Amino acid sequence: MTQATTRAATRTAASTAAARTRWLQDNGVYVAVGVLLLFNALFTANFLTLGNFTTQLVQAAPVLIVALGMALVIGTEGVDLSVGAVMALAAAIIPLYLGAGPLMAITMALAVGVLAGAFNGFLVAKVGIQPIVATLALLVGGRGLALVIADGQLVQLHDETFLELGTGDVLGIPISVLVAGVLALVVAGVTNRTTFGRQLVAIGGNRKAATLAGLPVDRVLIGVYAITGVLAAIAGVLATSRLAASDPADMGLLMELSAITAVVVGGTPLTGGKVRVLGTVFGVILMQLVRATLIKHNLPDSIAQMIQAAIIIAAVYVARERK
Amino acid sequence: MTTTTTPPAVPRAAARTKVLQRQGAAVALVLVVAVSWLVFPRFGSPDNLRDLALQGSFLAVIAIGMTFVIITGGIDLSVGSLYALGGVLAAWGSQYGFLVALALPLVVCGVIGLINGLLIARTNMAPFIVTLASLLFARGLLLAITDEGANTYQIPADSAFVELGRGTVFGFGYPIFIAAVLAVLGGVVLNRTGFGQNVFATGGAEQSAVLLGVPVAKTKVLVYTMSGTLAGLAGALTAAYLQSGVTVIGVGLELDAIAVVVIGGTLLTGGMGTILGTVIGVGLIKVIQNVINQIGTLDSNYQSVVSGVFLLIVVVLQRILRR
Repeated sequence: MTQATTRAATRTAASTAAARTRWLQDNGVYVAVGVLLLFNALFTANFLTLGNFTTQLVQAAPVLIVALGMALVIGTEGVDLSVGAVMALAAAIIPLYLGAGPLMAITMALAVGVLAGAFNGFLVAKVGIQPIVATLALLVGGRGLALVIADGQLVQLHDETFLELGTGDVLGIPISVLVAGVLALVVAGVTNRTTFGRQLVAIGGNRKAATLAGLPVDRVLIGVYAITGVLAAIAGVLATSRLAASDPADMGLLMELSAITAVVVGGTPLTGGKVRVLGTVFGVILMQLVRATLIKHNLPDSIAQMIQAAIIIAAVYVARERK
Repeated sequence: MTTTTTPPAVPRAAARTKVLQRQGAAVALVLVVAVSWLVFPRFGSPDNLRDLALQGSFLAVIAIGMTFVIITGGIDLSVGSLYALGGVLAAWGSQYGFLVALALPLVVCGVIGLINGLLIARTNMAPFIVTLASLLFARGLLLAITDEGANTYQIPADSAFVELGRGTVFGFGYPIFIAAVLAVLGGVVLNRTGFGQNVFATGGAEQSAVLLGVPVAKTKVLVYTMSGTLAGLAGALTAAYLQSGVTVIGVGLELDAIAVVVIGGTLLTGGMGTILGTVIGVGLIKVIQNVINQIGTLDSNYQSVVSGVFLLIVVVLQRILRR
């Protein structure tokens, strides 16, 4: 009797601990954002101003756009290391076609993004290479290619309409933030309400089973990587416009790390089978808030980087799948 | 009778695959060297060859550690940052004498490698994300000890430590001999010791290795510690050669190291690889870089494009040959 009670008690304790971990995995990011907001509201001067919030959102927008694609790829049990290189490629393409008008330039940049992504997808789906390896080749070569295209130069951009993308706003909301918001809604809709979204998650959960069940695995994978590519290109276009210059040497450097961090912090497991779009949005906001908090309290870049590294490890530690 | 005259097709195909994987890079290296020798008169000059070997030696030291990591099925993205950190630590330490200048980078980078290994082996976190975080951390640490990158420590020109980087035997720099000794040591450890067996077993089939009693966790901790230490050593040698701790070097160097390891025939999926292949990979990339520099019209950005393309070809070939 007592033995049974103890065993039951142990089991309850264990399941409570597991439930707590699960809860932390699912909701930790919202709590963390809340805590940081509260901390800043109390201890940071000029934090609760419209101007500050706008600045934070504008800075976070490109990361969010890339992270949305990354969330989808990670949902298929993949990863895309080439997003930063694709941003650099998009940045390098812009000045080449800006003479033919901003629409042409943007179209070409996005087309390159689709191509790059589809290429990654082809390697993963058809050739059967691990995602981390397949996208590594483009990470190695992509930025070099961008620099070759741009002749290694930073090019100042002067096209008024194109620069409007980075500086303009609609009803007070900066265009880049608006684009990021709309894309987040679209990606959320695609993941939760379409066949494509369900197939994507099914492939991430168990690719073999998905294949046996007759899902168009290859097509979905290529589609997902192409979407990630085009989203990275959009981020590259917006960031280039905000910078008012095409800078393939620095554009999107280490973006793969920021995007993966945001996705994982947001509760999407690296093991696939699950995509949390709202969590990803909050993951991006959290990392942006962390950076802003460190900067506003005058911590040097060095300390900020080390703290970010610690946060990434902590987040992945909490989110990891237990054996 | 017939059975003796027709050898089984499968082993022969497997053997051919093995030869292609083992010798592909060597054949490419011989071809590239031969063509370069004929086309570029300056290529074959003793000065150029010595310089080539010296440039290759720094990358080779890092790539030897990376080979071990990749054979265990892992990846180490922190080596570029650790390389830069090692250089800065060596330059700072040189004011306290030769021993400090050499030991400090080895110990600090080794400890960061050890932490990588512990996190990966004990907590089941993905190697690429752990080492991405330490890439960030090591850069942060580097900035912290150099006044946010503003301070470049100089090594006194008359110190013994400079001799380590600039001294020569028959015109060949000490780093070349150090890299050669390490390569031989690495090859012996990998192929002739129990630890080497464990490295292969860990990468070949981790679950089976665990069940067979292979100390998988210990092996992983050791290879990441090694990789970190070797990256620190390469940084220290570079600092000795440059007579200062340059803060901005090593960005993207991890990609070069991975590329040469993979080009040398080591499988990114783990379980198979050679140090000799890695050395050949270093030779191939460095020769191509050297040639690109000699064709005045091509800028150095082509080098990463070539690396990316090579990486892609090798990875796709490996995949196709294994079918």
